[in-house]
Amino acid sequence: MFPELGHYALVLALLVALVQATLPLAGARRGDAGWMALAGPAALAQFGLIGFAFATLIQAAIVSDFSVLNVVQNSHSTKPLLYKIAGVWGNHEGSMVLWVTILAAFGAAVAAFGRSLPLPLKARVLAVQAMIGTGFLLFILATSDPFQRVDPAPLDGNDLNPLLQDPGLALHPPFLYLGYVGFSMAFSFAIAALIEGRVDPAWARWVRPWTLAAWTCLTLGIALGSWWAYYTLGWGGWWFWDPVENASLMPWLAGTALLHSAIVVEKRDALKSWTLLLAILAFSLSLIGTFLVRSGVLSSVHAFAVDPARGVFILGLLTVVIGGSLVLYGVRAPALKTGGLFAPVSREGALVLNNLLLATATATVLIGTLYPLFLDVLGAGKVSVGPPFFNATFVPLMVPLVTAMVVGPLLTWKRADLAGVLGRLATVAALAALAVLAACWYHGDGPVMALVGVALAAWAFFGAWVEWAERIGLFRVPLAISVRRAAGLPSAAWGMTLAHAGLGIAIAGMTGSAFWVSERIQVAHPGDTVEIAGYHLTFREVEPVAGPNYDARRATFVVTRDGRDVGLLTPEQRHYTVTGMPVSHAAIHTTGTADLYLALSDDDGAGGWTIRLYHHPLVPWLWLGCAVMVLGGLVSLGDRRLRIGAPAVRRRPAAAAAALAVFGSDGR
Amino acid sequence: MTPKKKRRLIVLVLVMLGLGTATALVLTAFQDNLVFFYSPSDLKEHPPGARGIRVGGLVALGSVQRPSDGLTVQFTVTDLQTSVPVRYTGLLPDLFREGQGVVAEGRLRPDGVFEAREVLAKHDEKYMPPTVADALKRAGQQHATSTLVR
Repeated sequence: MFPELGHYALVLALLVALVQATLPLAGARRGDAGWMALAGPAALAQFGLIGFAFATLIQAAIVSDFSVLNVVQNSHSTKPLLYKIAGVWGNHEGSMVLWVTILAAFGAAVAAFGRSLPLPLKARVLAVQAMIGTGFLLFILATSDPFQRVDPAPLDGNDLNPLLQDPGLALHPPFLYLGYVGFSMAFSFAIAALIEGRVDPAWARWVRPWTLAAWTCLTLGIALGSWWAYYTLGWGGWWFWDPVENASLMPWLAGTALLHSAIVVEKRDALKSWTLLLAILAFSLSLIGTFLVRSGVLSSVHAFAVDPARGVFILGLLTVVIGGSLVLYGVRAPALKTGGLFAPVSREGALVLNNLLLATATATVLIGTLYPLFLDVLGAGKVSVGPPFFNATFVPLMVPLVTAMVVGPLLTWKRADLAGVLGRLATVAALAALAVLAACWYHGDGPVMALVGVALAAWAFFGAWVEWAERIGLFRVPLAISVRRAAGLPSAAWGMTLAHAGLGIAIAGMTGSAFWVSERIQVAHPGDTVEIAGYHLTFREVEPVAGPNYDARRATFVVTRDGRDVGLLTPEQRHYTVTGMPVSHAAIHTTGTADLYLALSDDDGAGGWTIRLYHHPLVPWLWLGCAVMVLGGLVSLGDRRLRIGAPAVRRRPAAAAAALAVFGSDGR
Repeated sequence: MTPKKKRRLIVLVLVMLGLGTATALVLTAFQDNLVFFYSPSDLKEHPPGARGIRVGGLVALGSVQRPSDGLTVQFTVTDLQTSVPVRYTGLLPDLFREGQGVVAEGRLRPDGVFEAREVLAKHDEKYMPPTVADALKRAGQQHATSTLVR
């Protein structure tokens, strides 16, 4: 019963989306307030309907309704509740429903909280959102029906891929999609602005919170996925430059660029058409990411050709959305008035440099990801583009980016004194040099790149705090005044400091794991002691353990360091009974500055077990750094100047305020 | 030159510089880091030399041997027409089995043994690496692939 209602709700949502995509747009053109006002309630109704459909799908999974094909294929009655729910988006159909649910949620948020938005802009934004929604709802209904029934219903399901039964990966898709789909807001605002032919600081101010929210969620989503890869795949790595990973990195890079260029629009009324282009590109890359992951084209061009319905549909959708928006951009963008001028050495100039480097980096990742596909389509042979390619292209672009990241915030708008700013950075340079010396002393001679990494990490981290210290006049004015100034600092300023410092911490983690990792693979027998990086691990025993839906063999290792007891490591080799898949479950001991990582593999039939042991210095900082970046995003979101509907006219340039007055925005 | 034009020129120069750097980086990286895929039959027909490559096929039944140290594994990868011996030292993926599809990355030694640096088996039982399926197909074993690919 419920699955049919869910399916019906999706069809209704499609109809609502069609109305929402057309009438408000026509209303905005004709100046018909009634038609424009339709957009809000339609967006809310759409969210209600799609949300209901999503809820029925979750309900079917929770009660293990095995008459629904999707539940049969991805669930099992013995699966823990969390994974019954997470299994809903652990497959193609369910994840597409999650996609449209989030899309509708963003639309509903604009309808509910965007009270201060001028009515025509709001109508157009929601109409563009509904167009995207229409495309994806059609896709689900035509090619990926999640509510399909099976008759007769089997007694039990096939279970979810055991690798996906993990808390990190349960939360990874929702956050990733919140990021992907969040960029649709920036996209819709950009399209609406192109239709209206006007971009001003007020526009940038409305777009920023959505972009920021999307960026924060995407950062968290990528970090969760990377963390999962680190502790479940048993290879001890956290990033493999896999096309699926690249698919999420590209929108992140473009989104980061957008976040920065929108600042220039907001503060200086410049870089307007570039910002619109970035908004279009960020969402287009999100769509390309969805296409790459969802069409099966990655596993093989041939697999794509065998079952082309889905792939062709998404490819068509991609062409319409990206092609259409770029054509609109090409026609309308030249008509936009150019704004404030600036010298090359200025805050604007630094942000342009940031955008250039990020855009170039995005392009290299895109080329590396798509090149094997092109060759395959042309029949020119099968190749793979692996980590060495990306390390050779991506890293050289990130070095100048991170270097400039510290200088940029200290530059003044319009025209800046570079020599003076560099003089103020002497402290940061000294601290970075100290960090390099400390790394040399601690790790002895390492590769030069490791020292470059440490220098960059320290430069970014301390640079962020020096800028913060300058803002509050730390050590120049009495401490009490500094504290008061820090308390009065806008949240957006705090957010930037945290995000930049977080990146510094994360770079330290990347450097440590890339250059100072020690690895041991060997066969161990109970009673043996293995040594790595000063730790001694004594292999005690292997015992059978029963999990909720798996049988495991669990090894126990006693860990000591300099004779002191550190604890137990208990890696498992799990065998999932339903799918018959073996999965090794690594054990990790973390000290906060390093991870001891132990994975158990097969036995050799003679009482010996193959183990893989890693000592990963600084890896915990990678996760800490990502967490700090996310925190920065959240803090910045709390900025009252960005709060949707907050009175924001005060600090706005007079021209923009006048433009607002024309629209009759009362700012609440 | 008006300030506006000057600014445009500067931005243009910067963009060209960025694009140029990126192109140079990509081209050099492609030259060194593209890894081509070979089936065992390809290996015989067009020996790749000392270049790093990927070899894919099925792990021949009964071919997996572990010499004394327990970490080195020797097995045969076959496309059911030609086969190549592979040597690998390290931890095999959880799903590595005889009769299953596998992709090995490494170099072909002059003595004809493929020295693998990495062995990949996809994390799904039902899944056959598409390159492997394709290699089998080209070796004229369509009926075999249709049962092996789900």
